[in-house]
Amino acid sequence: MYIYVIRRILLFIPMLIAVSFIVFMLAFIAPGDPLTGERIDPAVDAEVLDQRREALGINDPFYVQYFDWLGSVAKGELGNSINYNSRTVEGLILSRIDNTLYLSVFSLLFTIIVALPIGIYSARKPYSLLDYGATTFAFLGLAIPNFFAGLLLIYVFAFQLGWFPSQGSVSTVGLSGFDYFFDKIRHLILPGTTLGLASTAIYMRYIRSEMLDVMTSDFIRAVKAKGMGNRSVLYKHTLRNALIPVITLLGFEFGMLLSGAVITEAVFNYPGLGTLFLDSIINRDYPVIMGINLILSVTILVGNLLADICYAVVDPRIRYD
Amino acid sequence: MEHAPYKMQKGHSLLTLATKRFLKNKLALIGIIILVFFTFIAIFAPFLTTHDPTKHDLLNVMARPNAENWLGTDSSGRDNFARFVYGSRVTLLIGFLSMFCVIIVGVILGSLAGYYGGLVDGIIMRAADIVLTLPFLLFVLTIIAIIQNITIPLFVLVIAATNWPNTTRILRGTFLSLREMDFILSARSAGCSDWRIITKHFLPNAVGPIIVNATILMASMIILESALSFVGFGIPQPTPTWGNMVNEARSMRVLTGAPEAWVPPGLAILLTVLAINFIGDGLRDAFDPKSNK
Repeated sequence: MYIYVIRRILLFIPMLIAVSFIVFMLAFIAPGDPLTGERIDPAVDAEVLDQRREALGINDPFYVQYFDWLGSVAKGELGNSINYNSRTVEGLILSRIDNTLYLSVFSLLFTIIVALPIGIYSARKPYSLLDYGATTFAFLGLAIPNFFAGLLLIYVFAFQLGWFPSQGSVSTVGLSGFDYFFDKIRHLILPGTTLGLASTAIYMRYIRSEMLDVMTSDFIRAVKAKGMGNRSVLYKHTLRNALIPVITLLGFEFGMLLSGAVITEAVFNYPGLGTLFLDSIINRDYPVIMGINLILSVTILVGNLLADICYAVVDPRIRYD
Repeated sequence: MEHAPYKMQKGHSLLTLATKRFLKNKLALIGIIILVFFTFIAIFAPFLTTHDPTKHDLLNVMARPNAENWLGTDSSGRDNFARFVYGSRVTLLIGFLSMFCVIIVGVILGSLAGYYGGLVDGIIMRAADIVLTLPFLLFVLTIIAIIQNITIPLFVLVIAATNWPNTTRILRGTFLSLREMDFILSARSAGCSDWRIITKHFLPNAVGPIIVNATILMASMIILESALSFVGFGIPQPTPTWGNMVNEARSMRVLTGAPEAWVPPGLAILLTVLAINFIGDGLRDAFDPKSNK
C-alpha cells in the first residue's frame, strides 16, 4: 500500500506542474498587463511606462516569466488585483474563501444526510413507493439547472413564505456568538440546498445500486448462512462495502463543489469565491481570475489525491497497479 | 416430389434488437415526445408568434401578461413569448452543435489512443487527465473572458476544447476491449489499412457507447449554456436563449413580481434535459447486451 501511495504522489507532481502551466498560459494570452490602465492617462509618459514594464519583467521571454511567476506563487504571492484598489490577490481570496467553504461543507452535509438514509431504504425495499419517489426526485434533481432551482427556492421560501433570507451571507453587522452562528446558518440553507441538489440525486442512486450489488454478492450469502441477523448483515457488511466507492466520489466531489459554487453564489449574491470570480470576469481583472483558477485547480488535484489514498486505505483489495 | 421452398430465417441485427428494446421503454418514449414537441416549436417559431424576439420597445417595458404579450415583456420591452419560442432554436441548436463537436473531437482522439496505444495513447490520456482535473466552469468562463466577443461558433469551440476527455476515455475503452478480437486480427491479416480498420471495424462496434454518451452530453451542454447565459457569459443579448431569459430573474423585481417571465424558460430547460436523460437511459438499456427485456 505504501508503494501505491508513493506512486500516486509521484503522479501528482507532474499534474501540478501541468496545471500551473495551463493557468500561466491563460494569463499570458489574456489581453492587457498591470500597466494597461495607466496608458490612458496622458500625464504618464510612454517611455516611463516602458521602463516600468522592463523592471516588472513583462518584456522577458515566456519561460523566464513562467519561472518568475512560479517562484512568487511558491512564496504565496499571487500579484495585485487591478480592480480592488490593488489589493493583493491572495488577500482577496482569503477574505472570501471561508464563505465558500461554509457553503460547500453545508451542501456536502446536506447531500450525506439526505442521500444516505434514502439510498439505504431504496436498496432495502426496491420498487416501493418511497423508492419510486426517490427515483423521481433523482431524475428531477439531475435535470434541473442549478440556477433555476435556486430561483424557485428563493421564490417559494424567501418571497412567498419568508422563512429564509434570499441574499448575502449575514443579515446585519455586529451580531456575535450564537446569534451570528445561527444567522450564518439561516443564510446557508437555501444556497446550500441548491448546490447540493444534483449531488444528492447522484449519491442516492449510487448508494442504492452499490448496496443492491453488494447484497447479491457471495460473501453476503456466506454471512447470512452463518446465521447473522439482518441488521448486522445490512450495516456491518453490506453498507460498509457499498460505501467504499462513495468515499472516493466524495473526494472528487469537494473540488467540483467549489467550482460549481460560482452559479449558486451568483443566484444568492453570496459573497464567496464564486461571486469574486464573476466580478473579476466582468472587470477583466486577470490576476484575480488566474489566482482563483490556480487555487481551485490545486484544491481539486489534492482532493483527488486524498480520495485515491483513502480508497487504498479503506479497501485492501486495491493494490499498487 | 416437390421440395418445400427453403425459408431463410433472417437473424436480427444488434441495431434492430436495440430499437425493439428501446421502443418498449415508456420513459424513453415520453422523452422523445417532449423533445419532438420542443423541436416543433423551434422549427415553426415564425408561425407561433408575430413578435420579433429582438425588437426593443422602451414604452412597453416589463409588461404583465396580456392579450398582446402572452408572457409579458422583459426589461427592454421585448416580447417574452416570442423570446421563448425563438429561444428554443438557439438553445437546442447550441446543445446539438456542442454535443456534435465534442463527439467529433472525442471520437478522433479516442480512436487514435485506443488503436495505436503506446506513446500516442499516453500523451492523449495524460492530457485528458489534466483537462479533467481543471475546475471546468471556471476555465470556460476564463476563456470566454479572454476571447471577449463570444459568438455561437466560438462558444461551441470553447465547449469542444474543454469537454472532450470523457468521450475520449469511453472510445478508448471500447477500442481496447475490441483490439484483441479475432475479427480485427483477420482484418489486419487481410491487409486492411489502419483507416479502414478504424472506420469499418472498430467504429461500428462503438456506435452504442457513442450514442449514449452523445445524449448525456447534449443534456449537460444545454444546462451549461443556460448556466453561462444566466450569469451573463453565454450567448450575448439580444439573441434569445432560455438561459438569457432566466437571466432577467437576477433582478429581484422580476424574480418576485413576474414569475411568468422566468418560470417558462426554466421549466423548458428542465423538461428538455429530463427528456434527453430519459432517452439516454433508454438507449443505454437498449444497447446493453446483458439486458434481455
